[in-house]
Amino acid sequence: MSHKQLRRYPLYVPYLYLAPAMAILCFFVFYPLLKAFVYSAQSYNLLSPPRWVGLDNYRALMADDRFGSAFLNSIRYFICVVPLLIVLPMLLAILVNRQLKGITVFRALFYIPVITSMVVAGIMWKWIYMEGGILDWLLIDVCKIVTVSPRWLTDPKTALYSVMVVTVWKGLGYYMVVYLAGLQAIPVELYEAAKIDGASAFKRFKAITGPMLAPSMAVVAVMSSMAAMKVFDEIYVMTAGGPFETTQTVVYDVYVTAFNDLKFGYASAMGVILFVVLLVFSTLSVRMSERSYSGA
Amino acid sequence: MKRSLAVIANYVLLILVTIISVAPFIWMLSTAFKGPGDDIFAFPPRFIPSDPRPGNFAAVFKAIPLARYFLNSFIIVGVSIALNVALSLLAAYPLARMKFRGSRFIFIAILSTMMIPTQLVMIPNFVLTVQLGLKNNYLGVILPGAVTAFGIFLMRQALLAIPSSLEEAAWIDGAGPGRILFSVLMPLVKPTTAALAVFTFVGTWGDFLWPLLVIDKDSMLTVPLGVQKLQGTFMNDWRLISAGTILSMVPILIFFCFTQRYFIEGAMTGSVKE
Repeated sequence: MSHKQLRRYPLYVPYLYLAPAMAILCFFVFYPLLKAFVYSAQSYNLLSPPRWVGLDNYRALMADDRFGSAFLNSIRYFICVVPLLIVLPMLLAILVNRQLKGITVFRALFYIPVITSMVVAGIMWKWIYMEGGILDWLLIDVCKIVTVSPRWLTDPKTALYSVMVVTVWKGLGYYMVVYLAGLQAIPVELYEAAKIDGASAFKRFKAITGPMLAPSMAVVAVMSSMAAMKVFDEIYVMTAGGPFETTQTVVYDVYVTAFNDLKFGYASAMGVILFVVLLVFSTLSVRMSERSYSGA
Repeated sequence: MKRSLAVIANYVLLILVTIISVAPFIWMLSTAFKGPGDDIFAFPPRFIPSDPRPGNFAAVFKAIPLARYFLNSFIIVGVSIALNVALSLLAAYPLARMKFRGSRFIFIAILSTMMIPTQLVMIPNFVLTVQLGLKNNYLGVILPGAVTAFGIFLMRQALLAIPSSLEEAAWIDGAGPGRILFSVLMPLVKPTTAALAVFTFVGTWGDFLWPLLVIDKDSMLTVPLGVQKLQGTFMNDWRLISAGTILSMVPILIFFCFTQRYFIEGAMTGSVKE
């Protein structure tokens, strides 16, 4: 009797509920993951049957200049974008965490770039960056910083950084909300106690806000480093990898190699390297954001 | 005195960030209304058109099948939401409320998919889609994203928070696991379900790379693919490119107006994505 009460459903029931989701994940994530590793050791163009080449793809990648510069561009992207996306949204979250009139309206407005598709954002910024466009007017006529257009997206020196601005612009609101969730979980009593003890605003930030936000920071660090290493849409829309391939990143190179050059095996080897680098980078960024507060 | 100064400083900052977030949209909107009598490269730029042409928007509809792109996107987004909500709930239910062999392993396996870049699996998935004959097919776009670790994790967190005493009464009344999920648990996780639906909407609505690979037939294009094509169609006529881009944003903006509170709520419960 008691045994029967414990088992309220047949043993297979939990698996039955899991089955549809697991089927999708197996079919479109786990199986393709294995397949990607297999492809990376093959020469395959979809038209003729794949041919085993062992580690040749990886060897060729080491000597591939285009991949080398794409890899370097991805690292540049990571180094510039991730710190900005860790710091700026935190400051923004602190700003909108105040009890001010109309604050919910401001929060919603800051979130609009997040819901905009990257294609729309890319086209909008392309128009802003246009030679003789509104940004040039702002810098030439209003701020008088430059005298001729810097040709934001067509000069090899500035193109990559101009695209980064769009990635950061679109990401701010998203990570702001992640930090906001962290901020609202901090008990108010901590600040009150610190105030009674006479701690300055800066000290309160260093001793309370910072450490209490460390978990949110780790989440933002991982998410933004994954996003930075996987950037594609904004590059496709704004520069198509140019000028002179200076805005080609790893994912862009994977795309071109697989779907323009039809080298599926070679592109898969690039993807595998991206996968490994992502694992390393996200681990690193968690460690770094942990360390920055464990010592304080 | 010092306090009100701080409040003013706060508002100045808030307005500054608002300008940075919103000005690109206003500038594009202004360009979309400009007629041939307006110099769109004028120094200083004019935000209010002197020769306004609402007809730019009609011209976009005439030049490209934008209505068809909207329909394609709505179908893909609608089916994706239904699948994501249903499959995430079904999978999260045993993970949160049942004890069974391998539950820990399965949960970790699901979470580990968050670390796998879609850009790595997209090549085999593309080959698979071609072999299944799902190129230029709604299902080819939808199926790889029909359920995500994020969705399952989000729903599991919500289900875990429900006290088991609520379930207990239903078990005693002889309800099966299906009844428990539908009649007892689902009504209690409505806000999280809504948050998942909202996130799925924004994600699939803006999705670009995967549809770019799977769809090349004009009548099957989604809105982002159609918007990307504007640049070629209108040969650098930025008045019409702007008009098309602005039109493409209308559905998501309306949607956001009604659902914005769920974005904040979703981040509060989940705060883990992709």
